[in-house]
Amino acid sequence: MSRFTGEMLSRAEELVSLYPDPRSATIPLCHLAQEQDGYVTNEAMAHIAELVGSSAAEVQGTASFYDMLKLEPVGQYVIGVCTNIACMLRGAYELLEDAEAVLDTPVGATTPDGLFTLEEVECIAHCDRAPAAQVNYRYFGPLDRPSFETLVAKLRNGELDDEVPPHGTLLRVRREAPGVIPMEEIDRYRAQEAEREKQSD
Amino acid sequence: MTERIVGARLQYEDSATLERFLATGGDDGLRKAVLEMRPEEVAAEVMTANLLGRGGAGFEAGRKWSMLRKAPRRYLVINGDESEPATFKDHLLVERDPHQLVEGATIAAYAIEASFVVIYLRGEFALGLERVQQAINEAYARNALGRSIFGSSFSVDIVLQPGAGAYICGEETSLIESLEGKRGFPRIKPPYFPAVIGLYGEPTIVNNVETVSNLPWIINRGGEAFKELGQGRSTGTRLFALSGQVQRPGPYEVEMTKITFRDLIYGKEYGQGLHPDRSLLAFIPGGVSAPWFFPEHLDIPLGQDEVAKAGSMLGSGSVIVMDDSSCPVRSAWRIARFFARESCGQCTPCREGGAWIDKILRRIEEGEGREADLDLLLDLCDNISPGIKWPPAQTTICVLGPSIPPSVNAAIQHFRDDFLIHIKEGRCPHA
Repeated sequence: MSRFTGEMLSRAEELVSLYPDPRSATIPLCHLAQEQDGYVTNEAMAHIAELVGSSAAEVQGTASFYDMLKLEPVGQYVIGVCTNIACMLRGAYELLEDAEAVLDTPVGATTPDGLFTLEEVECIAHCDRAPAAQVNYRYFGPLDRPSFETLVAKLRNGELDDEVPPHGTLLRVRREAPGVIPMEEIDRYRAQEAEREKQSD
Repeated sequence: MTERIVGARLQYEDSATLERFLATGGDDGLRKAVLEMRPEEVAAEVMTANLLGRGGAGFEAGRKWSMLRKAPRRYLVINGDESEPATFKDHLLVERDPHQLVEGATIAAYAIEASFVVIYLRGEFALGLERVQQAINEAYARNALGRSIFGSSFSVDIVLQPGAGAYICGEETSLIESLEGKRGFPRIKPPYFPAVIGLYGEPTIVNNVETVSNLPWIINRGGEAFKELGQGRSTGTRLFALSGQVQRPGPYEVEMTKITFRDLIYGKEYGQGLHPDRSLLAFIPGGVSAPWFFPEHLDIPLGQDEVAKAGSMLGSGSVIVMDDSSCPVRSAWRIARFFARESCGQCTPCREGGAWIDKILRRIEEGEGREADLDLLLDLCDNISPGIKWPPAQTTICVLGPSIPPSVNAAIQHFRDDFLIHIKEGRCPHA
């Protein structure tokens, strides 16, 4: 299930069709691969390369650069505790220790049941709710040990399923537009506009 | 009560909905632009407004547009890769007023006659991404995007691009590389501006989210009205992100130059001061790339030139407050660590220097520091940014590296005794 098939394939092809240059779809396709498999598999990278007209090595070169793209399996919920300065000043490192204790797992590891991966992350732009954390990039804060425990409990029993989809699902809102206007049409059109401008001056 | 521009709708709970947007003047600016004005007239209004870029560098948006190389194809990219620590204003704007962003982006596209627009948002903004996509969908549905917008002769598409977690992608040439499907490596300069060679080698304008969010207001009310707010080069309002050890951290939109840092940190309608029995140690006026300010700087107004004159910058408009319970060594280390982790690795001074500074500061912080460390730190800073001056000199392709020394230097110069206690006694005086 690592190559795109069925609905995922049609979504992948649609992403490729949006850009003047198909390679621009590389990162969106990596996100799509994570939505399908939870992480970016080697097979998915090879398929992405075919779809955008580059090589698997180039796709891996790109994917390995970005923090959100995981090249190995992660938990169903990736919890990122921000420890950057604004959160640090309000107790982020204490929260990170609490998180390790509550999840009974060290930073960077996944719980044995495969549910949670704990990460220490850089500023997530939620500084007015410091100390903050993200679960699959949905934001929570300010947090302390009790509220973190509650958050984990709710994730476990499915209370937050609507708010927090499994890791990899980023955009649940699909693009619903007529197809992108072909660049050539825009080119012609802008040329005509320029011509009209010239004549009216 | 200050005039609200980009944050005008934030008073409403449902600010992100199309209903609220349309009930509060939404689309008016875009309609006026495409139906009553020529592109160059729109650009002229923005020039008159003297709208400074809100992404950090503070370059005039109108002037940036005027540098666009004449070519049949040109692109517009909206930079929403907000990742500078303690900056969260764009996060707010994309989540709470996505329609305004789409309208502003479309106005900018019209002004520069863009062939194609990409809104590049930080990948971590899951909710913001969904809301902006929804706003784009709704814009197409009412012909505010796509072919012949509102019946005019202007057509353009906007595509939403999620980032994937890299601070460096906020640097405009790096963002473009990322958008071409590559690693976020800043491009070698010159050319200094993507307006000459940008996306796919074509002329490209990269504007920040807050910058274009100002455009509907500017078109509706005129560049002159915008310029009447603030003073000097600092026109209009800015959304300041206040964080750290204040009673009420949050986003506050204020008229430029009209209030001081003291007002922002201590004012009743703003930060409401520090926690009782704490005093101010330092604050950073413009994101972690900026040199620190101290209590004697509290009365400086929030204006571009005023802050620059005092030796720092407004940058991305994030004010970080540290009280005397915090340790300046630890703060400097945490900031340096951020840059060390986020360095793209292309340039040796930043990649190696940043990593060394991180390690040395951590060593000091953990009570393992050495007498020679302070000189060593400054020497490393000098290698990354010769002279450790402000604005910083550069030995690197982009300014990520030169953003490391300001904090490290400020902390060492101002809190040398704290460093020495860490080094000599192996303890933290603030613990």
